[in-house]
Amino acid sequence: MSADNNVIISVTDLKKYYNDGEVKALDGVTTDIRKGEVVVVIGPSGSGKSTFLRSLNLLERPTGGKITFDGADIMAPSTDINKLRQKMGMVFQHFNLFPHLTILRNMTIAPMKLHGLSKEEAEKKAISLLERVGLADRANAYPSQLSGGQKQRIAIVRALAMEPEVMLFDEPTSALDPEMVGEVLEVMKNLAKAGMTMVCVTHEMGFAREVGTRVIFMDCGKIIEENTPEQIFTNPQNERLQAFLQKVL
Amino acid sequence: MSGKKTSKSKIRNTLIVIGIIAVAVAAAYILLFMPLANVPAWMSDIRNAFYGSAFYSDFENNFIADKRYMYIVKGLGVTFEVTFFAVLLGIVLGVIVALVRSSYDTLKEELKGGFGKAVLYFFYKLCGIYLTVIRGTPVVVQLMIIYFVIFASSNNKIMVAVLAFGINSGAYVAEIIRGGIMSIDKGQFEAGRSLGFGYVRTMAFIIIPQAFKTVLPALANEFIVLIKETSVSGYVGLQELTKGGDIIRSRTYSAFMPLIAVAIIYLVIVMFFSWLVSLLERRLKNSER
Repeated sequence: MSADNNVIISVTDLKKYYNDGEVKALDGVTTDIRKGEVVVVIGPSGSGKSTFLRSLNLLERPTGGKITFDGADIMAPSTDINKLRQKMGMVFQHFNLFPHLTILRNMTIAPMKLHGLSKEEAEKKAISLLERVGLADRANAYPSQLSGGQKQRIAIVRALAMEPEVMLFDEPTSALDPEMVGEVLEVMKNLAKAGMTMVCVTHEMGFAREVGTRVIFMDCGKIIEENTPEQIFTNPQNERLQAFLQKVL
Repeated sequence: MSGKKTSKSKIRNTLIVIGIIAVAVAAAYILLFMPLANVPAWMSDIRNAFYGSAFYSDFENNFIADKRYMYIVKGLGVTFEVTFFAVLLGIVLGVIVALVRSSYDTLKEELKGGFGKAVLYFFYKLCGIYLTVIRGTPVVVQLMIIYFVIFASSNNKIMVAVLAFGINSGAYVAEIIRGGIMSIDKGQFEAGRSLGFGYVRTMAFIIIPQAFKTVLPALANEFIVLIKETSVSGYVGLQELTKGGDIIRSRTYSAFMPLIAVAIIYLVIVMFFSWLVSLLERRLKNSER
C-alpha cells in the first residue's frame, strides 16, 4: 500500500477495546483514504464509526493497530501529534465553538497562535471563508447568538482556516433541527466539489449517495462492506447492510 | 438590548447614594464642629445634648482618649496586608495544585509511562496529601503550628499569618478551580486539541478563560472567608483589626463600642468587595447574550 502515493491516511488492523477487551469498539479495521476522496462511514449506533473517526486524529487512543498520516506513524512516540492535527480539520456533532470568543476570534486564534499569522492576515482569511458560507455579517457575534446551522457552518470554516489536508466530520448534522440540515450539507457539498479530502460519519444517506466517492458500512467494530455509493445503495451484498438500509431508507 | 437603560439607572442610583452621604457629612459638620457663633441657638442645644450624652462619653473613652482609634487603624492595615498576600499565595498555590490534579486526570492515558508520567504522578499524590491535611485541620491550629513549631525562631508574625492563611486558602482555591475546569464541556478540550493546540495552550486559551467565569463567585466567596478568617491571628499575638478592637476593650472595660465598630468595618469591606465582583461578573457576561 505504500506504493500508492495518493494515500493520505492508512489504517491497519485498528483496535479499540474497553474493560480489558470486554467491549470491542473497534475490532480490526483496515482501510486507506486517498487524496480527494469523500469517504462516508455509515452504520447503526454503537458500530464504532465515531470511534474510528476520532482515532484518526488520536482523540481516541487505539488499543492496537497502526495509523499513518502522510506516511508518518501517528502513534510513534517521536511524532508530534499536535503538528499532524493541524493538517486534519475536525467538525463535531455539537459544534464545540468557543463560547467566550467572537466568531472571528474563534477562527483566527489557531492560525495566529499555531501558524504565526498576523492579526490582519488571519482576519482577512477568516472573512473570506465567512463570505464563502454566507456569514460574514456575523463576524463579531458570539456563538450563543447563532442558530445551530450557523454554528456548524462556522465550525467548518474554523477548521478550514488551518488549511487542513483532510477534513473529519463526526455526525455534523445529527444535532441540528431538520430545517437547518440542508445549509450545512450544502457547505460540505461545495467543499467536496473543491476537491477536499473528507471522511464523514453521517446518517444522511442522501449526502452519502450524492457526494460520497466511497461508502464504508460498519457494524460491531468491523468494516462489513466497502464500495461505491451506487453499489452500496442499489446492490448491497451483506445482509446486515441490507437490513440497515431497509430501516434508514 | 437593554444595556443603555440599565447603565443610566445605575448612574442615577450612584448619584443618589453620593448625595445622601454628602448631606449626612454636611449635617454632621454643622451640628458638631461649626463655630458656635455661626450656629442658631436650637442647634447649639442639640450639640450640647450630644456632647453631654452617655453615648458620646462612651465613644470618646473608647476611640478618642489616648488615640485609641489607632488600634483600629493600624489593625485594619495589618488585616489588609495579611489578606492581600495570603490571597496571592492562595491563588498561585491553588492554580498550580488544580492544574497538576486535572492534568494528571486527562493526561494519564496520553503519557505512556516513562519519566514524565512518574514525575506527574508524584506531584499528583503530593497535592492530594496537601489537600487532605489542610482541609482536614482547623486553620487556627495550622496558624499556631506554623508560628510556635515551624517558625519558632522567627518573630515575623505577619509572614507567619500570610503563610498560614495563604497555604490554607490554596487548598480551597485548588478545588474551586479544579471544579471549574471540570465543568467545561469535554468537547471544548477536544475542539482545541483538534485544531492542533497542545495541552497547555488548550488550557490557557480555551479552558481556563471559560472556567474563570464559572468559578468567579466561588473565588469571591473564598476571598470573603479569608479576610474574616484573619481575625484569628490574635492567637499568635498579631495585632490585626479584631485584636485591635479587643485591646481597646481590655483597656476601657466596655465591649460594645469597639466590637461593634470592628464588625461594621468587616461588613463594609465585604460589601464593597462583593459590589466590585458583581461589576466584574457583569462584564464577563458579555458573551452570553
